[in-house]
Amino acid sequence: MSPAPIIELEEVTKIYPLASGDVVALDHVTLSIDEGEFVAIMGPSGSGKSTLLNQIGRLDVPSSGRLRIAGADIGRMTDHELTDLRLKTLGYIFQKFNLLPLLTAFENVEYPYLMKHRQNDTAGVISRLLGSFGIDPALAAHRPAELSGGQQQRVAIARALVNDPAILICDEPTGNLDTKTGTQIMETLTDLNNRGRTIVIVTHDPTVATYADRTITIRDGRASLRAAASSSSWPCAASGSTSCAPCSPHSAS
Amino acid sequence: MIGVVAIAAMGMMGANMTLTVKDQMSEMGNVLTVTHDAGTNSGGTGGGMGGPPGMGGSSSSDDDDENFISDSQFKAVRNSVGTNGTVYTVHSSSDSFSVGTKDGHATVYGLDTDVIPDILNLSDGAYPKGDTGALVGANLAERFNLTLGSRLSLGEEDEGIHTVRVVGIIEERGMSFDLSTDNAVVLADESYTGFYGDEKQYDQVNVVLKDIDDADATSMTITDQLNKKKTQVRVSDASRMLESITSTIGTMTTFVMAIAGISLLVAAVSIFNVMMMSVTERIREIGIMRSLGTQKPEILKMFVYESAILGFAGALIGALFSFGIGYLVVSMLIGNTAHFFEAGSLVYLPAAMLVGTVICIVSGLYPAWRAANLDPIEALRAE
Repeated sequence: MSPAPIIELEEVTKIYPLASGDVVALDHVTLSIDEGEFVAIMGPSGSGKSTLLNQIGRLDVPSSGRLRIAGADIGRMTDHELTDLRLKTLGYIFQKFNLLPLLTAFENVEYPYLMKHRQNDTAGVISRLLGSFGIDPALAAHRPAELSGGQQQRVAIARALVNDPAILICDEPTGNLDTKTGTQIMETLTDLNNRGRTIVIVTHDPTVATYADRTITIRDGRASLRAAASSSSWPCAASGSTSCAPCSPHSAS
Repeated sequence: MIGVVAIAAMGMMGANMTLTVKDQMSEMGNVLTVTHDAGTNSGGTGGGMGGPPGMGGSSSSDDDDENFISDSQFKAVRNSVGTNGTVYTVHSSSDSFSVGTKDGHATVYGLDTDVIPDILNLSDGAYPKGDTGALVGANLAERFNLTLGSRLSLGEEDEGIHTVRVVGIIEERGMSFDLSTDNAVVLADESYTGFYGDEKQYDQVNVVLKDIDDADATSMTITDQLNKKKTQVRVSDASRMLESITSTIGTMTTFVMAIAGISLLVAAVSIFNVMMMSVTERIREIGIMRSLGTQKPEILKMFVYESAILGFAGALIGALFSFGIGYLVVSMLIGNTAHFFEAGSLVYLPAAMLVGTVICIVSGLYPAWRAANLDPIEALRAE
């Protein structure tokens, strides 16, 4: 039985109205990502890949089109429900780590846990999670500024995973890291994917894209898709289609 | 903080002023003054404030008998009071005088020599006994360089001169209800009537009660006795004057506190500014928190709590400063800190703190609302 789509975009368009004229960041993008899939979004600067990630992560509102996450129509959700979705279903990993600077590493991970559970972590979930990423309690007592880039990103991954989200949204997670640390982070993400987590990652780096099951390439706000591992073009990319859902190797339909 | 200090200090000053005046007035609360009522139909205890005689500047020699308290009326008052207090007569007029080459004008009182030691305290000298001895008020003595033994000529040359010798200086009494002696010359009754006449006709009769609680009853008895058929006398006590003065101070305090309130308004603008800056500085943090699933009301609460804590901390520091500054202001401007630690005065500390904190919370509301409604994407992009 084929896995069900967990993220579905249908004719999603994002237009930024500017005084000098409207900028079309996403142009009628239709795509589908299955549960447990590892998808990389690539493209040159200004192509709209971050805009696409923000739509998927539901941090941004599309100008038109429909978006479904875990079966729910996002367009019909209230702000409260969307925030709840970000808390329980989505986990974010940013290029600049985006840890809260005044909180310790432990507290940074604890924050979303407290937001969801409304009680302290008496079971030691946070410590175990941090430990599994090589952040021991002594290190966890430090503030982000006192940690290396790799350590900060591992704390950020722990934070993204603490509420056990179905989808991990990663925006250039290795962009601020050296090659060795970047490789470690990518191996961690691959491991998480192997354990069933859906991962959507935006990257400039073709090496990073090789970890993904498939790559969605964005150019001028339009999406095309190809398999990253084999670097072979998918038929729709070659034909210049902007609707990629049928081309997904995970989509049996 | 500054606003809280201003409001609390001003409030405490007003409260202390009122309490001090009340104190001074209650010291006189046992004094009733009986004056002639010029035929108004007011009756009762009279509606006016009374006040020290001789202030109007009218010379007794020009008045007819009708404007005096007669000897029989004085006796009736004395009978009404009975053993409840002391009753004494007051002669008074306003007259010019000369000291050497300097000329001046003053109230001249004529009092019973037996009563003078009971009602006036001297800072220097002795009470008058003979026909030429006089007491002078502290301010008058200072203005005209009068010392013990100085000679003072009362009256105009063409109408006759009465020369007296200063035998004592009266202690400064400040605002007074029964006699205003600071700028007055006090003569013995015989000396006064010998020069001005008016024997057995008095400008005022003062009653000094043993118990302040008898004031109302005694006042009623005197009025009942003397105003049976026709309103002849007016009986005044200090409480009416007190009401009027307290109300005036109250108005003044409110006005001063309103001015102090402006500094609180300035503080509110500063808090608003600080909170807006705080939101701007932490815009990225807000974006992170929103992306992690923090609801808008929680961000709102966070900033409102922050302004509340900021306001309360400022108010608390302000209250501590107010305590010191208020004490200084009260001791310097009023000169009496006896009432500073009373509840009526100290209540301005928590009151000003409450006002300060509430104003801080209110001025933090818009920045908090703005923070809560930030677009997470815009907030995350902020550097």
